[in-house]
Amino acid sequence: MISVQAEDFDVAAEYAALRDSGAGTGAIATFTGLVRDNGDLQGVSGLYLEHYPGMTEQVIQGLIDEASERWDVRKARVIHRVGRLALCDQIVFVGVCSAHRGDAFAACEFIMDALKTSAPFWKKEITSGGEHWVEQKESDLARSEDWN
Amino acid sequence: MSDNTITVRFFARLREELKTEQLAIEARPGLTAGDVLAELADKGGPWSQLQGDQPVMIAINQAMAKPGFEVKAGDELAFFPPVTGG
Repeated sequence: MISVQAEDFDVAAEYAALRDSGAGTGAIATFTGLVRDNGDLQGVSGLYLEHYPGMTEQVIQGLIDEASERWDVRKARVIHRVGRLALCDQIVFVGVCSAHRGDAFAACEFIMDALKTSAPFWKKEITSGGEHWVEQKESDLARSEDWN
Repeated sequence: MSDNTITVRFFARLREELKTEQLAIEARPGLTAGDVLAELADKGGPWSQLQGDQPVMIAINQAMAKPGFEVKAGDELAFFPPVTGG
């Protein structure tokens, strides 16, 4: 299931929902991304996140489908927030249920890495000196390409 | 909107710098996403960046596309900077 939302999310509730859902689940891997203060600029006080409604959900569903073809994925949950976020706020959640840890870890990391370079979200950093659209990082592209 | 138009949408830095969220263009046979980029860049000023050094990503009907892909009447074409979510 995919949610793109302004509201915060509860990792414990998401984990419980994944645990309760899957027959045959022996492993759950989760990742949570937070707003950090040392992005492209120093002194970041928050972020503004924009997305392309409709396309965002389609791209993420495609990534879950691809992960499900490559690994044993019993259930996957992706939440991505949009709008204004403060330092240390939760931005993104990826949770994957699988029979074993190897598949759960791999599918969770793949979905997260591929999301960063293919899902249409854009971050703008907010500092005391102004606002700045974040540039895509070579290191993120390299991590995503490593899965090919 | 008439039946013969293509909707062009812009996001993030491009939307702000072009001061344009979306516009409509007339469809014509053989028109590609790259043709649209070139014609918009010809408007000059901030529009020139559509063919500048910074990469511009393209989506047609909400799926990633390349400059050579054809666009037809009723399509939604989008241009945006490389994505930075997660």
